[in-house]
Amino acid sequence: MIPELGHFALALAVVIAAAQAILPLIGAHRRDAALMASAPALAFGQFLALALAFGALLWSSVVSDFSVYNIAENSQSVKPLLYKITGIWGDHEGSILLWCLILAICGALVGVFGRALPASVRARVIGVLGATSAGFVLFSLTVSNPFVRLWPPPLEGHGMNPLLEDPGLAFHPPILYAGYVGFAIPFAFALAALIEGRVDAAWGRWVRPWALAAWAFLTGGIALGSWWSYYVLGWGGYWFWDPVENASLLPWLAGTALVHSAIVVEKRDALKIWTVLLAIGTFSMSLCGTFLVRSGILNSVHAFANDPARGVFILVLLALVIGTALALFAWRAPSLLPTGIFAPLSREGALVLNNILLCSIAAVVFTGTTYPLFAQLLAGAQLSVGAPFFNATVLPLAIPLFAAMVVGPMLSWKRAALAPALMRLWWVALAALAIGLIASLRTDALPAFGFAASAWLIAGAFAEIVERARLFRVSLGASLARLAGIPLAAWGAAIAHAGMGITVAGIAGMAIADHRIVAIHPGETVELGGYRWTLEDLRDAPGPNYTARLADIRVTRNGQTIALMSPGRRSYPLQRTATTDTAIRTNLLRDLYAVLGEERDGKAVLRLHVNILAPWIWLGALVMAFGGGLSLVDRRLRIGAPVRRAAARAVSA
Amino acid sequence: MSGLPARGLSRRALLGIPLLAAAAAGGGFYLLLRRMEAGRYDPHAVDNPLVGHPIPEFAALPAQAPAETGFGSADLRAAGRPVLVNFFASWCVPCRIEHPSLMALAKSGVPIWGIAYKDRSADAAKLLDEDGNPYARLARDESGRVSIDWGLYGVPETFLIDRGGIVRGHWAGPLSEDTVRDEVSPLLRKYA
Repeated sequence: MIPELGHFALALAVVIAAAQAILPLIGAHRRDAALMASAPALAFGQFLALALAFGALLWSSVVSDFSVYNIAENSQSVKPLLYKITGIWGDHEGSILLWCLILAICGALVGVFGRALPASVRARVIGVLGATSAGFVLFSLTVSNPFVRLWPPPLEGHGMNPLLEDPGLAFHPPILYAGYVGFAIPFAFALAALIEGRVDAAWGRWVRPWALAAWAFLTGGIALGSWWSYYVLGWGGYWFWDPVENASLLPWLAGTALVHSAIVVEKRDALKIWTVLLAIGTFSMSLCGTFLVRSGILNSVHAFANDPARGVFILVLLALVIGTALALFAWRAPSLLPTGIFAPLSREGALVLNNILLCSIAAVVFTGTTYPLFAQLLAGAQLSVGAPFFNATVLPLAIPLFAAMVVGPMLSWKRAALAPALMRLWWVALAALAIGLIASLRTDALPAFGFAASAWLIAGAFAEIVERARLFRVSLGASLARLAGIPLAAWGAAIAHAGMGITVAGIAGMAIADHRIVAIHPGETVELGGYRWTLEDLRDAPGPNYTARLADIRVTRNGQTIALMSPGRRSYPLQRTATTDTAIRTNLLRDLYAVLGEERDGKAVLRLHVNILAPWIWLGALVMAFGGGLSLVDRRLRIGAPVRRAAARAVSA
Repeated sequence: MSGLPARGLSRRALLGIPLLAAAAAGGGFYLLLRRMEAGRYDPHAVDNPLVGHPIPEFAALPAQAPAETGFGSADLRAAGRPVLVNFFASWCVPCRIEHPSLMALAKSGVPIWGIAYKDRSADAAKLLDEDGNPYARLARDESGRVSIDWGLYGVPETFLIDRGGIVRGHWAGPLSEDTVRDEVSPLLRKYA
């Protein structure tokens, strides 16, 4: 009964989404206030219907209703409650439903927070979101239905992929999807502006907070995914340039460019066509990231079920959404004329450089990811593009980007001089040089350069704050007063830039990490990275739905025990799969990382790593997301604030 | 003023490029999906273009201890019987997983010629000393140059060379007992 209610709610959501697409758009075209006013209500209705559908699936999973095919395939009665809940998005159908639900939430949010928007803009934005929703909810209802029943119902479910029974992965999809889907709002604003035929500073101010929120979620989602592959897959790496990972990196790069170019639209009324294209491009890449990956067309270590038939449906849907947007762009963008003029050497110029570099990196990653596909298609050649290509191409583009990240904020708008800006950064350059020289005493040139770049970014991130506060140039009290007056958005930008620096330090640290593969008997000791690793015991340990084999390792330094670690292998008899249980001990400056491999003749194969600064990679990403969030709560960015201020002024006058 | 429409036209064409690019990419994806459906495209397959062709020419590689002489393409052709060529490395975990299968094959009399790929000689020697040596002959390719000519995808990777020096089989990744039974052994019998 409950699954049928969910099924019905899903069908209802399609109908409401279709109405949400049609009525407000017609209303905005005819300037019909009543039709335009229906937009928020319809968006909210679609959200309620999808929430009901999602709730029905949740209920079926929690009570282990194995007559629902999806639950029988992916759940098990003994599964912990947390994973019964999070398992909903562990499979294809459920994750698509979650995706649709988040899209509906986006529509409802625009309805709630967009009250200060002009009625026609709000109607068009919600209409575009409705049209997108209608397509994807229809996809869920027809070829990816999570409520399909199974008769007779099995007594026990198949259980879910044990790799997914992990707290890190449990919360990864909602955060990542919030990022992916969040970019639907800037996309809808871009289409609304194209239909309206007007992009101005106010448009930039509306779009930026939404883009920023989506960007912060996407940053967190990517970091969580990378952290998961670091500690669950047990390969000792954190980023593999795998197609699925690249698919999440592409919208992040485009979204980062969007967040920056929207500033130029807002402050200087320039870069309008480019920003509109970026808004369309970012969401298009998010769509490709979520859906094309699932068609199984890309060869990935992150296995998804391959279903080419479903793939064709997805492709047609993507062609409709992206094709319509780009056709509208080709048709209407020529009428958007630039007004703000600026010299190449200016804050705007630096942001343009940032956009060019970010988009170049995105182009390189896109080329590397899809080249094997198109080589196969055009030449019949089978080849793979691996990490060396990406490292060799992304690094040269990242270096000028890092330089611009620090110098750019020191430049003034419209026209700037480079020399004074560089002079004010002398202490940042000195810090980078010092760190680089110290590091070069102990490491190779490239990691040392990475540490220098990291110091440059972290110190440089706060250079603008120091400059604004006139620190050490006026009295401390005056500086503090100035510090308090610095808008949160400036703090957010500084913190986000510093977060990038922290991540770069982590990446440089991982480049000098020590690792060793050894085969040793219990009782034997090996040396690695200044630590002595003793395999004390190999033992079996039972688990709720698996059996585990554990290796007890004592790590000592100078005779003192630093850590006791128990990496293991789990085997899940029901699913006939095995997972590795990586043991990690961190002190935030380095990770001790141990993986248990095969056993032979009483010897265990162990892979041991000492990963210097590894946690900083994800810490930096969190700091970046936090900076984005901080910038978001800045009062000046709140949607509608300028309108309210205008109204207040009118009253006082 | 006569220049303006032309300029407007080129601007319009410029802004249409994203649409054309997306259309081309979409068309490509569509073709690949159709091929996947028809079973003519498998994104996970690792083919080697050498299969059915003579082995690449290479001068004798240096020996890998415990062997005292290395080998080159001429030695492979002169073997007079089918040979398995196995690329391995001491730093590679799947190679250690594969090791028992190779030991079993060697015990059943199949000549396996090993090439240590980008490995320190002492490390590879230590591995063979500790875990047993399934290889009839051993060479090392420390620079990885020869392996590139073989189109190596990763280690471990195994090739079956017939007595005429033609590559007859190719397996990327560790050889499991199943692969040995179902694929390697039948091919070995065929070209024996």
